[in-house]
Amino acid sequence: MGYPHKPHPKETVVLSKHFGEADAKSYKGWVKRGGYRALERALATEPAKLIETVKESGLRGRGGAGFPTGLKWSFMPREKKKPHYLCVNADESEPGTFKDREIMRWTPHALLEGTAIAAHAIQAEVAYIYIRGEFTEPWAAMEKALTEARAAKVFGDIQIYLHRGAGAYICGEETALMNSIEGKRGNPRIKPPFPAAAGLFGLPTTINNVETLAAVPHILTNGAAWYKGLSLSSPKSTGTKLFSVCGHVQQPGNYEVTMGFPLKDLVYELCGGMRPGRTLKACIPGGSSVPILDRAETESCLLDYEGVVERGSMLGSGGVIVFDDSTDMVYQIMRLARFYAHESCAQCTQCREGTAWTTKILERILAGQGTLADLDLLLDLSENMTGKTICVLSDSCAAPVVSGIKKFKSEFEAYIAGRRKPVMVA
Amino acid sequence: MPDELVSLTIDGVPVRVPKGTLVIEAAKQAGVLVPHYCYHPGLPVAGLCRMCLVEIEQAPKLQIACATQVAEGMAVHTQAQAAKAARRGVLELLLINHPLDCPICDQAGECELQDFTFQEGRSATRYSPDYAKRFNPVEDFGPDVLYVPNRCILCTRCVRFMEDVAKEPVLNVSERGDRAYIGIHAEGRLDHPWAGNVVDLCPVGSLLSKDFLHKARAWELDKTASICTGCSQGCNVALDTRDNVVVRVRPRSNLEVNRYFICDHGRMNYRWMNRGDRIEAPLVRRGNELHATDWDEAVARVATLVRGAGSRAVALVSAKVSTEALFLARELFRGHEWTGAFQVVMGEEAPLAGVPGLALRAERAPNAKGAELLGYGRGYSAALEAAERAAIVLVLDEPDIAVRCEGVLIYVGTVLPEGARDAAVVLPIANIAEEDGTFVNRDGRVQRYSQAKPAPGMARPAWWVFAELGAALGHGAPVATAADAFARLARSVDAFRGMGYERLGFGGRPAAAPVGV
Repeated sequence: MGYPHKPHPKETVVLSKHFGEADAKSYKGWVKRGGYRALERALATEPAKLIETVKESGLRGRGGAGFPTGLKWSFMPREKKKPHYLCVNADESEPGTFKDREIMRWTPHALLEGTAIAAHAIQAEVAYIYIRGEFTEPWAAMEKALTEARAAKVFGDIQIYLHRGAGAYICGEETALMNSIEGKRGNPRIKPPFPAAAGLFGLPTTINNVETLAAVPHILTNGAAWYKGLSLSSPKSTGTKLFSVCGHVQQPGNYEVTMGFPLKDLVYELCGGMRPGRTLKACIPGGSSVPILDRAETESCLLDYEGVVERGSMLGSGGVIVFDDSTDMVYQIMRLARFYAHESCAQCTQCREGTAWTTKILERILAGQGTLADLDLLLDLSENMTGKTICVLSDSCAAPVVSGIKKFKSEFEAYIAGRRKPVMVA
Repeated sequence: MPDELVSLTIDGVPVRVPKGTLVIEAAKQAGVLVPHYCYHPGLPVAGLCRMCLVEIEQAPKLQIACATQVAEGMAVHTQAQAAKAARRGVLELLLINHPLDCPICDQAGECELQDFTFQEGRSATRYSPDYAKRFNPVEDFGPDVLYVPNRCILCTRCVRFMEDVAKEPVLNVSERGDRAYIGIHAEGRLDHPWAGNVVDLCPVGSLLSKDFLHKARAWELDKTASICTGCSQGCNVALDTRDNVVVRVRPRSNLEVNRYFICDHGRMNYRWMNRGDRIEAPLVRRGNELHATDWDEAVARVATLVRGAGSRAVALVSAKVSTEALFLARELFRGHEWTGAFQVVMGEEAPLAGVPGLALRAERAPNAKGAELLGYGRGYSAALEAAERAAIVLVLDEPDIAVRCEGVLIYVGTVLPEGARDAAVVLPIANIAEEDGTFVNRDGRVQRYSQAKPAPGMARPAWWVFAELGAALGHGAPVATAADAFARLARSVDAFRGMGYERLGFGGRPAAAPVGV
């Protein structure tokens, strides 16, 4: 299968417009495509005005939380008394998510341009782009692009540095990321203080996701009203969003659609639907940390922040994992739990011990040794792991477990009752 | 300007505390102990054990009391259903990988994991015995510290102490998830002069003192407020005794002196308190030999000798005896031409970097300042020389002394050194673990210590001995208690004027006179 795919007519290609064009990776190629003009204008614009524009556009954080970007920027001290920092979260490690990777691979200058604009808007002189350690190709592309852009002196006084992660999922959590840049163990920090008050090196910091920043030049070029108009359902969700679709679909990949796009169309039309003879069973719509949707929920879900919440899950990072009817849900949930148990930073008790215990129970159920009481225990444990810790890693482990047991209980019961062949998982 | 006060309620109890106070500290003022592990007032807040979750009205979810600051009108409920359930959950999780080896664990009986589990944990675990528990072998962390990782709850108090207080970051959290453990730098050792504090800070039996290993069960220990004799800093300590043997010294918090810490030198400086070779009866010279006798005869003998001696008296005293004894010993020679001196053993200074003003002091003398305030000088060698020609020489608990003396030698001490065999009278006294008394630390702070165990045989507190001798010489009445002895001192020496045992309490007070002269 060729990659990237030819855009589907139902896609709205803004961020992904130049995916696949080798020439777009170079500074010259990017300028030819209209690049760095937004930055040039932005550097001549009052920071407060930029923040206002982004606020008006309705842009929300694409990393998972969906916090309004302009509002986040406005939390930075207006009167600058200390150095300000911008962190760019390019640690994309959420299982099922691979959109930032493609932005950096194909359009590294888009990220650099958005980064410089954001840095100017929040009056930061230094920006760190924290790139996931495993992203070798995006790293190379970013390094090359940064060298070129620096040589072209497009950033004004703004210094942009690339920082490479070392392979910890938790370093994608914003404060863990800051600790990691500081050279410390990547542990999330307790909040408050929030980054805008005391972030990187204890100084006012804003942290944004790659996709969020890549959208900013387009907003400045085409206007806040244009971006705001890109909305098919809830007016609170605007613009386009890249969805990384993986799993049992015919054509997995990144698809860019307008906010409010039906998940059903994404799966069945853009991605070519299920494999022959297979039917949709379940879907994780926003990266592995969000509750699982069953078939009915999937087919009636609109892809924006409000629409997915309405179906009982979250838009998250836009990592869509599709499962067909051949899927063993118990096994899949165990794999997710095992991931979180492996990645827990070990600070909070509920997360350190709870993720590992959850995994053990699920493994035992798969081995045919589980009991019905284990299901209640899993739910009780998950309750304990939700909303009680420094960051949401523990909540993320609990979400698929709770939704999985609720929606696919019969599969758990089949293992427990011995109706399913035990699986060796160790 | 006084701190701005904030009013709030903890479990319905109203309290007023300074703005910025943490909920967990405000709760203490309401008489409520919020269960916690990672929080310690002497360390930076970590907020990670999640044990101190409490309900706060208006807050969307449970909050950790250790990292939440008080706010005006805040209503905190530590016993709310949700808070209790959350803490019960944490306790269960803390125990799933715990070996439950309390019967062989030194911490049992003073273990916060035990205590809170008994208080509000589940009666049984839901962790299947089929699941393996995390196992890591015991590690030798330093001269006095063992790490038992299986009991560790990863509260990171030890890591934070070494990093932020000792400023020697040799510990960390290694690995992730439930494989995590406390790691030590590959080439590092916990041999910092204050490293032993990690054992006290550890809320469970994970960091153990080799010195105390298997010496006693916590419930067999009696605890007595005392003052460290290791140097002139005057750290507040507790002497732990088992069957009248001092088996452990631990810090007693005093924010003005040592906060929550003591150094390893002080921690290990207790074995002499248990010495067996003590003088157990007063001895008087008959011919060429010292003979045991009773206090009446000994006191009468000293009175006679002092009265009959010429006027030149020299006192060579230890800076490890009580202020009360030093005062009454001085009183004995009223009317004499008197020289008093003390000797200070010097060692290496070892500051605790993260606590300004706290160090193991080079001067290894807990009561040097007290001796000075009472007129004893530092000219020890001159005093030794003067002793040769003196009519009467009093040596007070200086066992290493080599005094050549033509006059009368009176030795008052805990043990009988070779050099004291020429004494006319030897009087047995209690050591500091065996009496009440006070020391004055280098900053002029007067601090009480208490009796932790009985003195051997007929040994008595030195202040009692000198008061008896004083009475026999007609200088006032005998005293029955250290408090009375101190009261007499406070009446006659300006630096101590207005002080009394009750007012001193167990935190001490600065001496009135200007210090450091």
